[in-house]
Amino acid sequence: MKGLTYVRYEVLRTVRNRRFLIFSLVFPLILFLSIASAHRNEELDGISFPLYYMTGMAAWGSMTAVISSGARIAQERQVGWTRQLRITPLKTSTYFTAKVLTGYLMALFSIVVLALAGTLLGVRLGAVGWLTMLGLLLVGLIPFAIMGIALGHLISVDSLGPAIGGITALFALLGGVFGPLVTSGVLFTIVKCLPSYWLVQAGKSAHEGGHIWTGQAWIVIAVWSLVLARVGVRVYRRDTAKV
Amino acid sequence: MPLRGWTTSRVQLESRESRFAVAAPHKVIGMTTSERTGIRLTNLTKSYGDVKAVRGIDLLINPGETLALLGPNGAGKTTTIDMMLGLIRPDAGSVSLFGASPTDAVDAGVISGMLQTGSLPQYLSVRELVTMMASLYPHPLEVEDVLRHAGILEIADRPTTKLSGGQTQRVRMAIALIAEPEMLVLDEPTAALDVEGRRDFWESIRGVAARGKTIIFATHYLEEADAYADRIVLMARGRIVADGPPTEIKARVGGRTIRATLPGVEASALKALTGVASAEQRGEGFVLKCGDASSSDAALRALLTQFPQARDIEVRGAGLEEAFLDLTGDEADQESPS
Repeated sequence: MKGLTYVRYEVLRTVRNRRFLIFSLVFPLILFLSIASAHRNEELDGISFPLYYMTGMAAWGSMTAVISSGARIAQERQVGWTRQLRITPLKTSTYFTAKVLTGYLMALFSIVVLALAGTLLGVRLGAVGWLTMLGLLLVGLIPFAIMGIALGHLISVDSLGPAIGGITALFALLGGVFGPLVTSGVLFTIVKCLPSYWLVQAGKSAHEGGHIWTGQAWIVIAVWSLVLARVGVRVYRRDTAKV
Repeated sequence: MPLRGWTTSRVQLESRESRFAVAAPHKVIGMTTSERTGIRLTNLTKSYGDVKAVRGIDLLINPGETLALLGPNGAGKTTTIDMMLGLIRPDAGSVSLFGASPTDAVDAGVISGMLQTGSLPQYLSVRELVTMMASLYPHPLEVEDVLRHAGILEIADRPTTKLSGGQTQRVRMAIALIAEPEMLVLDEPTAALDVEGRRDFWESIRGVAARGKTIIFATHYLEEADAYADRIVLMARGRIVADGPPTEIKARVGGRTIRATLPGVEASALKALTGVASAEQRGEGFVLKCGDASSSDAALRALLTQFPQARDIEVRGAGLEEAFLDLTGDEADQESPS
Protein backbone atom coordinates (compact mmCIF):
# COMPACT_ATOMS: atom_id res chain seq x y z
CA MET A 1 0.00 0.00 0.00
CA LYS A 2 1.27 3.43 -0.97
CA GLY A 3 0.46 5.30 2.22
CA LEU A 4 2.20 2.75 4.44
CA THR A 5 5.68 4.27 4.24
CA TYR A 6 4.19 7.66 4.98
CA VAL A 7 2.36 6.34 8.05
CA ARG A 8 5.53 4.59 9.25
CA TYR A 9 7.52 7.84 9.21
CA GLU A 10 4.63 9.70 10.79
CA VAL A 11 4.74 7.24 13.70
CA LEU A 12 8.52 7.57 13.89
CA ARG A 13 8.21 11.34 14.14
CA THR A 14 5.75 11.02 16.99
CA VAL A 15 7.81 8.54 18.98
CA ARG A 16 10.82 10.88 18.68
CA ASN A 17 8.81 13.80 20.05
CA ARG A 18 9.68 13.72 23.74
CA ARG A 19 7.12 16.28 24.88
CA PHE A 20 4.42 14.17 23.30
CA LEU A 21 5.58 11.08 25.18
CA ILE A 22 5.77 12.91 28.47
CA PHE A 23 2.20 14.20 28.38
CA SER A 24 0.48 11.12 27.04
CA LEU A 25 2.60 8.46 28.79
CA VAL A 26 4.82 9.61 31.62
CA PHE A 27 2.46 12.12 33.22
CA PRO A 28 -0.54 9.80 33.70
CA LEU A 29 1.79 7.00 34.80
CA ILE A 30 3.41 9.08 37.55
CA LEU A 31 0.03 10.33 38.76
CA PHE A 32 -1.30 6.79 38.85
CA LEU A 33 1.67 5.36 40.71
CA SER A 34 1.79 8.14 43.29
CA ILE A 35 -1.94 8.42 44.01
CA ALA A 36 -3.05 4.80 43.63
CA SER A 37 -0.22 3.40 45.72
CA ALA A 38 -1.25 5.68 48.58
CA HIS A 39 -4.81 4.31 48.43
CA ARG A 40 -4.00 0.77 47.46
CA ASN A 41 -6.52 -0.96 49.68
CA GLU A 42 -9.35 1.52 49.38
CA GLU A 43 -12.39 1.61 47.17
CA LEU A 44 -13.64 4.35 44.83
CA ASP A 45 -17.10 4.46 43.24
CA GLY A 46 -17.70 0.82 44.08
CA ILE A 47 -14.49 -0.65 42.67
CA SER A 48 -10.94 -0.93 43.95
CA PHE A 49 -9.05 2.38 44.00
CA PRO A 50 -6.11 1.22 41.83
CA LEU A 51 -8.52 -0.18 39.21
CA TYR A 52 -10.49 3.07 39.09
CA TYR A 53 -7.33 5.16 38.81
CA MET A 54 -5.73 2.87 36.30
CA THR A 55 -8.68 3.22 33.93
CA GLY A 56 -9.01 6.93 34.71
CA MET A 57 -5.36 7.64 33.91
CA ALA A 58 -5.48 5.36 30.84
CA ALA A 59 -8.50 7.36 29.64
CA TRP A 60 -6.70 10.64 30.27
CA GLY A 61 -3.41 9.58 28.66
CA SER A 62 -5.04 8.07 25.60
CA MET A 63 -7.31 11.09 25.24
CA THR A 64 -4.27 13.38 25.30
CA ALA A 65 -2.50 11.12 22.78
CA VAL A 66 -5.23 11.19 20.14
CA ILE A 67 -6.01 14.90 20.58
CA SER A 68 -2.39 16.03 20.35
CA SER A 69 -1.68 13.80 17.37
CA GLY A 70 -4.30 15.61 15.30
CA ALA A 71 -3.57 19.01 16.80
CA ARG A 72 0.04 18.82 15.61
CA ILE A 73 -1.39 19.64 12.18
CA ALA A 74 -1.34 23.25 13.46
CA GLN A 75 2.44 23.13 13.55
CA GLU A 76 2.74 21.65 10.06
CA ARG A 77 0.33 24.26 8.79
CA GLN A 78 2.29 27.12 10.33
CA VAL A 79 5.59 26.19 8.74
CA GLY A 80 3.94 25.62 5.36
CA TRP A 81 4.53 21.88 5.30
CA THR A 82 0.86 21.06 4.60
CA ARG A 83 1.11 23.22 1.46
CA GLN A 84 4.06 21.16 0.30
CA LEU A 85 2.11 17.95 0.97
CA ARG A 86 -0.88 19.26 -0.94
CA ILE A 87 1.20 19.35 -4.13
CA THR A 88 2.07 15.66 -3.78
CA PRO A 89 -0.21 12.72 -4.65
CA LEU A 90 -0.76 12.14 -0.89
CA LYS A 91 -4.51 12.06 -0.32
CA THR A 92 -5.96 14.30 2.36
CA SER A 93 -7.69 11.25 3.79
CA THR A 94 -4.36 9.41 4.10
CA TYR A 95 -2.86 12.44 5.81
CA PHE A 96 -5.66 12.45 8.38
CA THR A 97 -5.65 8.67 8.70
CA ALA A 98 -1.94 8.77 9.51
CA LYS A 99 -2.59 11.30 12.27
CA VAL A 100 -5.44 9.21 13.73
CA LEU A 101 -3.49 5.95 13.49
CA THR A 102 -0.49 7.53 15.17
CA GLY A 103 -2.69 8.93 17.91
CA TYR A 104 -4.30 5.53 18.47
CA LEU A 105 -0.94 3.79 18.53
CA MET A 106 0.27 6.17 21.22
CA ALA A 107 -3.04 5.74 23.05
CA LEU A 108 -2.57 1.98 22.98
CA PHE A 109 0.91 2.43 24.32
CA SER A 110 -0.43 4.57 27.16
CA ILE A 111 -3.14 2.01 28.00
CA VAL A 112 -0.67 -0.89 28.01
CA VAL A 113 1.79 0.96 30.23
CA LEU A 114 -0.96 1.78 32.73
CA ALA A 115 -2.27 -1.77 32.63
CA LEU A 116 1.20 -3.01 33.56
CA ALA A 117 1.45 -0.42 36.33
CA GLY A 118 -2.02 -1.46 37.51
CA THR A 119 -0.97 -5.10 37.69
CA LEU A 120 1.99 -3.96 39.75
CA LEU A 121 -0.39 -2.40 42.26
CA GLY A 122 -2.56 -5.50 42.47
CA VAL A 123 -5.16 -5.00 39.74
CA ARG A 124 -6.30 -8.41 38.56
CA LEU A 125 -8.68 -8.83 35.62
CA GLY A 126 -9.66 -11.72 33.40
CA ALA A 127 -8.93 -11.70 29.68
CA VAL A 128 -12.54 -10.70 28.95
CA GLY A 129 -12.25 -7.79 31.37
CA TRP A 130 -9.06 -6.46 29.79
CA LEU A 131 -10.40 -6.83 26.26
CA THR A 132 -13.75 -5.21 27.09
CA MET A 133 -11.92 -2.25 28.59
CA LEU A 134 -9.53 -1.93 25.67
CA GLY A 135 -12.22 -2.22 22.99
CA LEU A 136 -14.56 0.30 24.61
CA LEU A 137 -11.70 2.75 25.29
CA LEU A 138 -10.76 2.66 21.61
CA VAL A 139 -14.38 3.38 20.65
CA GLY A 140 -14.64 6.17 23.21
CA LEU A 141 -11.55 7.86 21.79
CA ILE A 142 -13.10 8.44 18.35
CA PRO A 143 -14.59 11.90 19.12
CA PHE A 144 -11.30 13.01 20.69
CA ALA A 145 -9.31 11.96 17.61
CA ILE A 146 -11.65 14.01 15.41
CA MET A 147 -11.46 16.91 17.89
CA GLY A 148 -7.65 16.87 17.53
CA ILE A 149 -7.79 17.24 13.75
CA ALA A 150 -10.33 20.07 14.04
CA LEU A 151 -8.14 21.83 16.62
CA GLY A 152 -5.18 21.45 14.28
CA HIS A 153 -6.96 23.62 11.73
CA LEU A 154 -8.51 26.01 14.21
CA ILE A 155 -5.77 27.17 16.55
CA SER A 156 -2.29 28.62 16.21
CA VAL A 157 0.86 26.88 17.37
CA ASP A 158 1.27 29.37 20.23
CA SER A 159 -2.02 28.36 21.80
CA LEU A 160 -1.61 24.67 21.01
CA GLY A 161 -0.10 23.63 24.37
CA PRO A 162 -2.53 25.54 26.63
CA ALA A 163 -5.50 24.52 24.47
CA ILE A 164 -4.72 20.81 24.58
CA GLY A 165 -3.84 20.96 28.28
CA GLY A 166 -7.01 22.87 29.14
CA ILE A 167 -9.36 20.80 27.04
CA THR A 168 -8.04 17.43 28.20
CA ALA A 169 -7.98 18.55 31.85
CA LEU A 170 -11.56 19.84 31.65
CA PHE A 171 -12.92 16.73 29.95
CA ALA A 172 -10.95 14.50 32.31
CA LEU A 173 -12.14 16.27 35.43
CA LEU A 174 -15.82 16.45 34.38
CA GLY A 175 -15.78 12.90 33.09
CA GLY A 176 -14.60 11.62 36.47
CA VAL A 177 -11.07 10.57 35.57
CA PHE A 178 -9.81 11.65 39.01
CA GLY A 179 -12.84 10.24 40.81
CA PRO A 180 -16.55 10.74 40.19
CA LEU A 181 -17.41 14.45 40.25
CA VAL A 182 -21.14 14.01 40.82
CA THR A 183 -23.36 10.96 41.04
CA SER A 184 -26.84 12.50 40.88
CA GLY A 185 -28.80 15.59 39.91
CA VAL A 186 -28.85 17.84 36.86
CA LEU A 187 -25.06 18.10 36.70
CA PHE A 188 -24.80 14.33 36.58
CA THR A 189 -27.23 14.26 33.65
CA ILE A 190 -24.99 16.75 31.86
CA VAL A 191 -21.81 14.85 32.72
CA LYS A 192 -23.33 11.70 31.26
CA CYS A 193 -23.48 13.48 27.91
CA LEU A 194 -19.69 13.91 27.81
CA PRO A 195 -17.56 11.40 25.89
CA SER A 196 -14.95 11.48 28.66
CA TYR A 197 -17.53 10.15 31.17
CA TRP A 198 -17.93 7.14 28.94
CA LEU A 199 -14.17 6.69 28.65
CA VAL A 200 -14.14 6.21 32.43
CA GLN A 201 -17.10 3.83 32.17
CA ALA A 202 -15.19 1.89 29.51
CA GLY A 203 -12.49 1.38 32.11
CA LYS A 204 -14.98 0.43 34.83
CA SER A 205 -16.61 -2.10 32.50
CA ALA A 206 -13.46 -4.18 32.90
CA HIS A 207 -14.69 -5.02 36.37
CA GLU A 208 -18.44 -4.48 36.21
CA GLY A 209 -19.03 -5.98 32.75
CA GLY A 210 -19.97 -4.56 29.38
CA HIS A 211 -23.56 -3.80 30.42
CA ILE A 212 -22.60 -0.47 32.06
CA TRP A 213 -21.67 0.75 28.59
CA THR A 214 -25.32 1.50 27.80
CA GLY A 215 -27.15 2.57 24.68
CA GLN A 216 -26.63 6.15 25.82
CA ALA A 217 -22.87 5.56 25.57
CA TRP A 218 -23.12 4.68 21.88
CA ILE A 219 -25.37 7.68 21.23
CA VAL A 220 -23.12 10.15 23.08
CA ILE A 221 -20.01 8.91 21.24
CA ALA A 222 -21.79 8.94 17.87
CA VAL A 223 -23.28 12.42 18.30
CA TRP A 224 -20.01 13.98 19.49
CA SER A 225 -18.15 12.31 16.63
CA LEU A 226 -20.59 13.52 13.98
CA VAL A 227 -20.78 17.08 15.31
CA LEU A 228 -17.00 17.36 15.63
CA ALA A 229 -16.55 15.90 12.15
CA ARG A 230 -18.88 18.59 10.78
CA VAL A 231 -16.86 21.28 12.55
CA GLY A 232 -13.64 19.65 11.33
CA VAL A 233 -14.72 19.64 7.67
CA ARG A 234 -15.77 23.26 8.02
CA VAL A 235 -12.51 24.55 9.53
CA TYR A 236 -10.49 22.43 7.09
CA ARG A 237 -12.30 23.99 4.10
CA ARG A 238 -11.91 27.48 5.50
CA ASP A 239 -8.25 26.88 6.19
CA THR A 240 -7.31 25.49 2.78
CA ALA A 241 -9.35 28.08 0.91
CA LYS A 242 -7.42 31.02 2.29
CA VAL A 243 -3.92 29.66 1.78
CA MET B 1 3.12 34.89 -29.34
CA PRO B 2 5.71 32.66 -30.98
CA LEU B 3 5.49 29.03 -29.99
CA ARG B 4 9.06 28.70 -28.88
CA GLY B 5 10.38 25.32 -28.02
CA TRP B 6 7.73 23.69 -30.13
CA THR B 7 10.05 22.27 -32.74
CA THR B 8 12.65 21.13 -30.25
CA SER B 9 10.15 19.37 -28.04
CA ARG B 10 8.16 17.72 -30.79
CA VAL B 11 10.52 14.77 -30.78
CA GLN B 12 9.69 14.06 -27.17
CA LEU B 13 5.96 14.43 -27.51
CA GLU B 14 5.10 10.85 -28.26
CA SER B 15 6.77 9.31 -25.26
CA ARG B 16 5.38 12.03 -23.07
CA GLU B 17 1.86 11.42 -24.28
CA SER B 18 2.00 7.72 -23.71
CA ARG B 19 3.43 8.20 -20.21
CA PHE B 20 0.72 10.58 -19.23
CA ALA B 21 -1.96 8.48 -20.85
CA VAL B 22 -1.03 5.75 -18.40
CA ALA B 23 -1.46 8.13 -15.49
CA ALA B 24 -4.84 9.55 -16.45
CA PRO B 25 -6.27 7.92 -19.55
CA HIS B 26 -9.77 9.35 -19.17
CA LYS B 27 -8.57 12.92 -19.05
CA VAL B 28 -6.99 13.18 -22.46
CA ILE B 29 -9.81 12.19 -24.76
CA GLY B 30 -11.19 14.82 -27.14
CA MET B 31 -8.33 17.29 -26.94
CA THR B 32 -6.01 18.66 -29.52
CA THR B 33 -2.37 17.70 -29.31
CA SER B 34 -1.16 21.02 -27.93
CA GLU B 35 -3.88 21.10 -25.27
CA ARG B 36 -3.05 17.59 -24.24
CA THR B 37 0.69 18.03 -24.03
CA GLY B 38 1.11 21.61 -22.93
CA ILE B 39 0.25 23.84 -20.05
CA ARG B 40 -2.51 26.29 -20.74
CA LEU B 41 -3.67 29.18 -18.58
CA THR B 42 -6.87 30.79 -19.79
CA ASN B 43 -8.06 34.14 -18.46
CA LEU B 44 -6.68 33.27 -15.04
CA THR B 45 -7.95 35.76 -12.46
CA LYS B 46 -7.63 36.06 -8.67
CA SER B 47 -8.40 38.83 -6.21
CA TYR B 48 -7.85 39.07 -2.48
CA GLY B 49 -10.54 41.45 -1.32
CA ASP B 50 -9.89 44.69 -3.19
CA VAL B 51 -6.44 43.65 -4.32
CA LYS B 52 -6.43 42.24 -7.83
CA ALA B 53 -3.49 39.86 -7.62
CA VAL B 54 -3.83 38.30 -11.07
CA ARG B 55 -5.89 40.03 -13.76
CA GLY B 56 -6.70 37.63 -16.56
CA ILE B 57 -3.60 35.76 -17.70
CA ASP B 58 -3.48 33.76 -20.92
CA LEU B 59 -0.43 31.60 -21.46
CA LEU B 60 0.50 28.50 -23.42
CA ILE B 61 3.63 26.69 -22.31
CA ASN B 62 5.03 23.92 -24.47
CA PRO B 63 6.44 20.71 -23.01
CA GLY B 64 10.16 20.87 -22.47
CA GLU B 65 10.27 24.62 -22.15
CA THR B 66 12.13 26.33 -19.33
CA LEU B 67 10.11 29.41 -18.61
CA ALA B 68 10.85 32.23 -16.20
CA LEU B 69 8.08 34.25 -14.62
CA LEU B 70 9.90 37.52 -14.08
CA GLY B 71 8.49 40.40 -12.12
CA PRO B 72 8.86 42.58 -9.05
CA ASN B 73 7.29 41.66 -5.71
CA GLY B 74 3.54 41.88 -5.87
CA ALA B 75 3.43 41.18 -9.61
CA GLY B 76 1.26 38.11 -9.06
CA LYS B 77 3.90 35.46 -9.71
CA THR B 78 3.28 33.41 -6.56
CA THR B 79 -0.51 33.64 -6.94
CA THR B 80 -0.20 32.41 -10.52
CA ILE B 81 2.02 29.53 -9.45
CA ASP B 82 -0.31 28.61 -6.59
CA MET B 83 -3.20 28.43 -9.06
CA MET B 84 -1.16 26.30 -11.44
CA LEU B 85 -0.45 23.88 -8.61
CA GLY B 86 -4.08 23.80 -7.49
CA LEU B 87 -3.29 25.38 -4.11
CA ILE B 88 -5.56 28.33 -4.83
CA ARG B 89 -8.83 28.24 -6.74
CA PRO B 90 -8.99 31.01 -9.36
CA ASP B 91 -11.90 33.47 -9.28
CA ALA B 92 -12.21 33.03 -13.02
CA GLY B 93 -10.38 31.26 -15.80
CA SER B 94 -8.75 27.86 -15.84
CA VAL B 95 -5.50 25.94 -15.74
CA SER B 96 -4.87 22.86 -17.85
CA LEU B 97 -1.74 20.80 -17.20
CA PHE B 98 -1.16 18.26 -19.96
CA GLY B 99 -4.91 18.18 -20.47
CA ALA B 100 -5.74 17.61 -16.81
CA SER B 101 -6.78 19.89 -13.97
CA PRO B 102 -4.06 20.87 -11.48
CA THR B 103 -5.58 18.59 -8.82
CA ASP B 104 -5.61 15.59 -11.16
CA ALA B 105 -2.07 16.32 -12.33
CA VAL B 106 -0.91 16.55 -8.70
CA ASP B 107 -2.67 13.28 -7.85
CA ALA B 108 -1.06 11.57 -10.85
CA GLY B 109 2.35 12.76 -9.66
CA VAL B 110 3.23 14.44 -12.96
CA ILE B 111 4.02 17.80 -11.38
CA SER B 112 5.99 18.83 -8.34
CA GLY B 113 7.24 22.06 -6.95
CA MET B 114 9.34 24.08 -4.58
CA LEU B 115 7.23 26.63 -2.80
CA GLN B 116 8.56 29.93 -1.61
CA THR B 117 7.82 29.47 2.07
CA GLY B 118 7.96 26.53 4.36
CA SER B 119 10.40 24.73 6.58
CA LEU B 120 10.83 20.99 6.87
CA PRO B 121 8.95 18.74 9.30
CA GLN B 122 10.67 17.89 12.57
CA TYR B 123 11.95 14.60 13.96
CA LEU B 124 13.20 13.12 10.70
CA SER B 125 16.63 12.88 9.13
CA VAL B 126 17.19 14.27 5.66
CA ARG B 127 17.29 10.76 4.17
CA GLU B 128 14.13 9.70 6.00
CA LEU B 129 12.27 12.77 4.78
CA VAL B 130 13.31 12.27 1.16
CA THR B 131 12.41 8.55 1.39
CA MET B 132 9.01 9.44 2.83
CA MET B 133 8.34 11.88 -0.01
CA ALA B 134 9.56 9.39 -2.63
CA SER B 135 7.00 6.86 -1.37
CA LEU B 136 4.18 9.22 -2.39
CA TYR B 137 5.01 9.18 -6.11
CA PRO B 138 4.32 6.51 -8.71
CA HIS B 139 7.77 6.54 -10.36
CA PRO B 140 10.27 8.18 -8.01
CA LEU B 141 14.00 8.37 -8.60
CA GLU B 142 16.44 6.51 -6.35
CA VAL B 143 16.76 8.31 -3.01
CA GLU B 144 20.56 7.96 -2.85
CA ASP B 145 20.93 9.32 -6.39
CA VAL B 146 18.85 12.37 -5.63
CA LEU B 147 20.70 13.01 -2.35
CA ARG B 148 24.01 12.90 -4.20
CA HIS B 149 22.68 15.02 -7.01
CA ALA B 150 21.38 17.68 -4.63
CA GLY B 151 24.71 17.68 -2.78
CA ILE B 152 23.22 16.56 0.54
CA LEU B 153 24.61 13.03 0.80
CA GLU B 154 27.02 14.13 3.54
CA ILE B 155 24.21 15.55 5.66
CA ALA B 156 21.70 12.76 4.90
CA ASP B 157 21.66 11.51 8.50
CA ARG B 158 21.28 14.92 10.07
CA PRO B 159 17.92 15.96 11.55
CA THR B 160 15.96 18.31 9.29
CA THR B 161 15.97 20.96 11.99
CA LYS B 162 19.78 21.14 12.19
CA LEU B 163 20.44 22.51 8.71
CA SER B 164 21.59 25.86 7.37
CA GLY B 165 19.33 27.89 5.09
CA GLY B 166 21.20 26.75 2.00
CA GLN B 167 21.11 23.08 3.07
CA THR B 168 17.38 23.32 3.76
CA GLN B 169 16.89 24.70 0.28
CA ARG B 170 18.84 21.78 -1.21
CA VAL B 171 16.66 19.32 0.69
CA ARG B 172 13.56 21.04 -0.66
CA MET B 173 15.02 20.75 -4.13
CA ALA B 174 15.63 17.03 -3.54
CA ILE B 175 11.97 16.66 -2.52
CA ALA B 176 10.88 18.34 -5.74
CA LEU B 177 13.26 16.26 -7.88
CA ILE B 178 12.53 12.85 -6.34
CA ALA B 179 9.10 12.88 -8.00
CA GLU B 180 10.74 12.86 -11.44
CA PRO B 181 7.81 15.00 -12.62
CA GLU B 182 6.95 16.10 -16.15
CA MET B 183 6.63 19.65 -14.89
CA LEU B 184 8.66 21.28 -12.16
CA VAL B 185 7.50 24.55 -10.63
CA LEU B 186 9.95 26.62 -8.60
CA ASP B 187 8.85 29.75 -6.74
CA GLU B 188 11.91 31.96 -6.21
CA PRO B 189 14.04 28.88 -5.56
CA THR B 190 17.39 30.57 -5.00
CA ALA B 191 16.28 33.20 -2.50
CA ALA B 192 18.09 31.51 0.42
CA LEU B 193 21.23 30.52 -1.49
CA ASP B 194 24.65 32.10 -1.79
CA VAL B 195 26.41 32.55 -5.12
CA GLU B 196 27.92 29.08 -5.17
CA GLY B 197 24.66 27.52 -4.05
CA ARG B 198 22.85 29.28 -6.87
CA ARG B 199 25.26 27.94 -9.46
CA ASP B 200 24.95 24.37 -8.17
CA PHE B 201 21.21 24.70 -8.01
CA TRP B 202 20.84 25.81 -11.61
CA GLU B 203 23.30 23.16 -12.70
CA SER B 204 20.91 20.52 -11.30
CA ILE B 205 17.89 22.18 -12.87
CA ARG B 206 19.66 22.21 -16.24
CA GLY B 207 20.06 18.47 -15.89
CA VAL B 208 16.31 18.13 -15.37
CA ALA B 209 15.61 20.37 -18.36
CA ALA B 210 17.95 18.25 -20.48
CA ARG B 211 15.72 15.24 -19.76
CA GLY B 212 12.90 17.09 -21.53
CA LYS B 213 10.98 18.21 -18.45
CA THR B 214 9.00 21.43 -18.39
CA ILE B 215 10.34 23.91 -15.86
CA ILE B 216 8.61 27.06 -14.68
CA PHE B 217 10.33 29.31 -12.21
CA ALA B 218 9.52 32.64 -10.65
CA THR B 219 12.26 35.15 -10.01
CA HIS B 220 12.83 38.84 -9.68
CA TYR B 221 16.36 38.67 -11.02
CA LEU B 222 16.65 39.45 -14.72
CA GLU B 223 20.12 37.85 -14.81
CA GLU B 224 18.76 34.56 -13.49
CA ALA B 225 15.88 34.52 -15.98
CA ASP B 226 18.26 35.42 -18.78
CA ALA B 227 20.83 32.77 -17.90
CA TYR B 228 18.56 29.78 -17.31
CA ALA B 229 15.25 30.26 -19.13
CA ASP B 230 14.60 29.85 -22.82
CA ARG B 231 11.52 32.00 -22.52
CA ILE B 232 10.71 34.89 -20.20
CA VAL B 233 7.23 35.97 -19.26
CA LEU B 234 7.32 39.38 -17.70
CA MET B 235 4.63 40.08 -15.12
CA ALA B 236 3.66 43.31 -13.42
CA ARG B 237 0.56 44.24 -11.44
CA GLY B 238 -1.12 40.93 -12.15
CA ARG B 239 -0.69 41.05 -15.91
CA ILE B 240 1.69 39.66 -18.50
CA VAL B 241 3.45 42.68 -19.95
CA ALA B 242 5.96 40.93 -22.19
CA ASP B 243 6.61 37.40 -23.39
CA GLY B 244 9.51 36.23 -25.48
CA PRO B 245 13.05 34.90 -25.64
CA PRO B 246 15.52 36.36 -23.12
CA THR B 247 17.34 38.47 -25.71
CA GLU B 248 14.10 40.17 -26.63
CA ILE B 249 13.03 40.77 -23.05
CA LYS B 250 16.49 41.97 -22.10
CA ALA B 251 16.41 44.50 -24.89
CA ARG B 252 13.13 45.85 -23.56
CA VAL B 253 13.87 45.65 -19.88
CA GLY B 254 17.62 45.95 -19.77
CA GLY B 255 17.75 49.23 -21.70
CA ARG B 256 20.08 52.09 -20.74
CA THR B 257 19.44 55.74 -20.24
CA ILE B 258 21.82 58.59 -20.99
CA ARG B 259 21.22 61.88 -19.21
CA ALA B 260 23.08 65.00 -20.23
CA THR B 261 22.81 68.74 -19.85
CA LEU B 262 22.87 70.26 -23.31
CA PRO B 263 21.37 73.75 -23.72
CA GLY B 264 20.03 74.95 -27.03
CA VAL B 265 19.67 71.64 -28.80
CA GLU B 266 16.52 70.21 -30.33
CA ALA B 267 15.29 66.84 -29.14
CA SER B 268 14.85 65.70 -32.73
CA ALA B 269 18.56 66.20 -33.38
CA LEU B 270 19.39 63.90 -30.46
CA LYS B 271 16.86 61.29 -31.46
CA ALA B 272 18.62 61.04 -34.82
CA LEU B 273 21.86 59.89 -33.13
CA THR B 274 22.95 56.27 -33.59
CA GLY B 275 21.61 53.98 -30.89
CA VAL B 276 19.10 56.42 -29.44
CA ALA B 277 15.56 55.11 -29.29
CA SER B 278 13.91 58.20 -27.86
CA ALA B 279 14.90 61.62 -26.63
CA GLU B 280 13.03 63.68 -24.11
CA GLN B 281 13.76 67.22 -23.03
CA ARG B 282 13.83 68.08 -19.31
CA GLY B 283 14.67 71.75 -18.83
CA GLU B 284 18.18 72.22 -20.18
CA GLY B 285 18.84 68.53 -20.10
CA PHE B 286 17.82 65.49 -22.06
CA VAL B 287 16.99 61.91 -21.31
CA LEU B 288 18.04 59.57 -24.11
CA LYS B 289 16.74 56.05 -24.03
CA CYS B 290 18.79 53.35 -25.69
CA GLY B 291 18.39 49.61 -26.21
CA ASP B 292 21.21 47.50 -24.83
CA ALA B 293 24.74 48.36 -23.73
CA SER B 294 26.18 48.39 -27.27
CA SER B 295 23.59 50.87 -28.50
CA SER B 296 24.16 53.16 -25.53
CA ASP B 297 27.91 52.99 -26.19
CA ALA B 298 27.32 53.98 -29.81
CA ALA B 299 24.94 56.74 -28.75
CA LEU B 300 27.46 58.14 -26.29
CA ARG B 301 30.22 58.24 -28.91
CA ALA B 302 27.93 60.00 -31.39
CA LEU B 303 26.74 62.42 -28.73
CA LEU B 304 30.24 63.50 -27.73
CA THR B 305 31.36 63.80 -31.34
CA GLN B 306 28.46 65.93 -32.47
CA PHE B 307 27.82 67.84 -29.24
CA PRO B 308 31.14 68.24 -27.41
CA GLN B 309 29.52 70.86 -25.17
CA ALA B 310 27.40 68.17 -23.45
CA ARG B 311 28.11 67.99 -19.70
CA ASP B 312 26.89 66.23 -16.52
CA ILE B 313 26.68 63.02 -18.54
CA GLU B 314 25.24 60.02 -16.75
CA VAL B 315 24.67 56.54 -18.19
CA ARG B 316 22.46 54.19 -16.25
CA GLY B 317 21.07 50.75 -16.74
CA ALA B 318 17.34 50.98 -16.31
CA GLY B 319 16.43 49.07 -13.15
CA LEU B 320 13.89 46.31 -13.37
CA GLU B 321 11.35 48.31 -11.38
CA GLU B 322 11.77 51.27 -13.72
CA ALA B 323 11.48 49.05 -16.75
CA PHE B 324 8.34 47.43 -15.34
CA LEU B 325 6.75 50.79 -14.77
CA ASP B 326 7.69 51.70 -18.29
CA LEU B 327 6.10 48.59 -19.71
CA THR B 328 2.97 48.79 -17.60
CA GLY B 329 2.44 52.50 -18.18
CA ASP B 330 -0.42 53.81 -20.25
CA GLU B 331 -0.41 52.03 -23.60
CA ALA B 332 -0.78 55.38 -25.39
CA ASP B 333 2.51 56.89 -24.31
CA GLN B 334 4.41 53.65 -24.39
CA GLU B 335 7.07 53.77 -27.04
CA SER B 336 7.45 51.00 -29.54
CA PRO B 337 10.32 48.67 -28.69
CA SER B 338 13.55 49.53 -30.46
